[in-house]
Amino acid sequence: MISRDYIITSAEGIHARPATALVKLTKNYKSVISIKKGDKRVKLNSLLNILSLAAKGGETISIIAEGEDETVAMEAIDQFFNEHLKDL
Amino acid sequence: MMISGIGVSPGIAIGKARVIKKQAVVLTGTLLLNDDEITIAIEKFDNAVAVSVTEVETMMASHDASQGSEGIEILEAHIELLGDPQIREDVVEKIQTERKNVNDAVIEVIQAAVEIFKSMDDDYMSARAVDIEDIGNRIIKNLNPVKEAIDQIDEAGIIIIAEDLAPSDTISMDITKVAGFATQIGGKTSHAAIIAKSRGIPAVVGCGVDLKSVQDGDNLILDGQSGSIIINPDKETLKDYETKRATWLKELNLLKSLKNTPAQTIDGKEIHLLANIADSAEMENALEFGAQGSGLFRTEFLFLGRNDFPSEDEQFEFYKAVALKAKGKPVTVRTLDIGGDKQLPYFNFPEEQNPFLGYRAIRLCLDRKDIFITQLKAILRASAFGKLKIMFPMIATVNEIRAAKEILKEAMQMLTDQGISFDKDIKIGIMIEIPSAAVIADLLAKEVDFFSIGTNDLTQYTLAVDRMNEKIKDLYDPFDPGVLRLIANVIEQGHKNNIEVGMCGELAGDPKATLLLLGMGLTEFSMSASSIPVIKSKIIKTSLTEAKKIYEYVRQMDNSKDITNYLQNKTQ
Repeated sequence: MISRDYIITSAEGIHARPATALVKLTKNYKSVISIKKGDKRVKLNSLLNILSLAAKGGETISIIAEGEDETVAMEAIDQFFNEHLKDL
Repeated sequence: MMISGIGVSPGIAIGKARVIKKQAVVLTGTLLLNDDEITIAIEKFDNAVAVSVTEVETMMASHDASQGSEGIEILEAHIELLGDPQIREDVVEKIQTERKNVNDAVIEVIQAAVEIFKSMDDDYMSARAVDIEDIGNRIIKNLNPVKEAIDQIDEAGIIIIAEDLAPSDTISMDITKVAGFATQIGGKTSHAAIIAKSRGIPAVVGCGVDLKSVQDGDNLILDGQSGSIIINPDKETLKDYETKRATWLKELNLLKSLKNTPAQTIDGKEIHLLANIADSAEMENALEFGAQGSGLFRTEFLFLGRNDFPSEDEQFEFYKAVALKAKGKPVTVRTLDIGGDKQLPYFNFPEEQNPFLGYRAIRLCLDRKDIFITQLKAILRASAFGKLKIMFPMIATVNEIRAAKEILKEAMQMLTDQGISFDKDIKIGIMIEIPSAAVIADLLAKEVDFFSIGTNDLTQYTLAVDRMNEKIKDLYDPFDPGVLRLIANVIEQGHKNNIEVGMCGELAGDPKATLLLLGMGLTEFSMSASSIPVIKSKIIKTSLTEAKKIYEYVRQMDNSKDITNYLQNKTQ
């Protein structure tokens, strides 16, 4: 299991557009990937669940990946939060 | 008759009403009798979802690229929501364990999700409830044989009247024929408002039940600025608004044509046009006018209208919001500029004979280090979220800037010790608004990364004129040769010492002054956002060579009246 924390750097937070991209990204991996804000943790395969976290710009969230391809999955997630999120 | 709501997208629309009515979604309450029916119900749900996905995909395929990417992104999100595993799980659960019929199960699941979103304190998120409702309606529609088609629009210039507009409503509409929107519910971040703003269509939301009195085919005037709708206006009113509409369209075209145009002179000199702002909403609005950042972020706004000084955290959130909204563009944060005419109810200013020459701005901050360092720490913390610069107001001497920098260093050390990240290379600058500072610009330039000329106070102090005093207010004139020489000196000394020089006073947004300031060598102008297009239109029509000639000519003149007349002629 790998877990990493990210600070949301985009002004609008994880709104519909980045959340959609995140769900699509997750589908490429076998690992169970989830997102945690505060004490609420939901699977990353549900747009509804991600949006209901209402993660805003400046807040910290954790991503947890568990499964055979967790390392590659986490790399892709890393790239998403560090590079792509600010453009979405 | 007139109806008022919230104007969310400015402009005037004149046209015929098209009232959109929604099919009611109702619970039936019937329960499933056996396991076979349960299996069938789940199959029906999966089929309805599949049909819905196909529908949305078809809409995506036929989506015109010229309509912008906004629509496509909404549709992509809808496809994800339609196939959302959480929604399916909840629906199946209701069918299996509660034996609800599929229609009721979907309505309840969607309703519950909608409630969660509506209750969020974030305007953007609560507005997303519409998206959930929309995919829910689509599934329900596909569960039932009755097909509900969104009205096809067959004539140009219609005004859409609806309870609210869902994303799929606006996407299936031919937007080019829509002159305006009005909805009963919704706020500034509702879907209807976002779409209207992004397309430049006038819109009024939150009109309430009054809007129900509008009938299909009524003649309407919609004012997206004031948020009013006039039903079947008389000829005079109509004529009045037709003129207003023509003016609006003209301005809109100027704005549109200039927003993405670089502010560059004919001979290729790039000029930075920035906005003076007071909060994150103004920052966002400024970008719409093509601002390349903010040259003056007045922080006083947060300190006014309250009972105590804002805490470091509160200030941090306020500055961070602006940094994020600027989307990586530079923002010059001016430290607290209170005193003089700006009083705080919770801070006891001493009685002064001459408040403008008194205990204010940096003088107060250097004296009250506790207030100052709290603000500096908050600004530094926010600098991790964007490109912030720090600017000190009312600097008159070299020692003041040195003292301010010392305190800034202390604030940085405190944050480093706490392990809090900030921009260690943050640029530091000063306002040049006191004549002594303008005169010793060469000395001050060695201490800072940039200057920003504040022409309002500089004019008042240079000419020793209180501009609130009716009897002498004519003396207040930034085009006075005395003031202009000081400005020219600041720009020249700044350049000699390789530091940036900008202007954030009213003169920066005065089209009469643009060519003169360009000629002096000014490359950064910060003004109220709405002035940017006008100033830009002056810059792109001139060359630096021409501007320099104008400056050389003005230099020979000995009074502000001649200078103003000359510049007036040159500007037309």
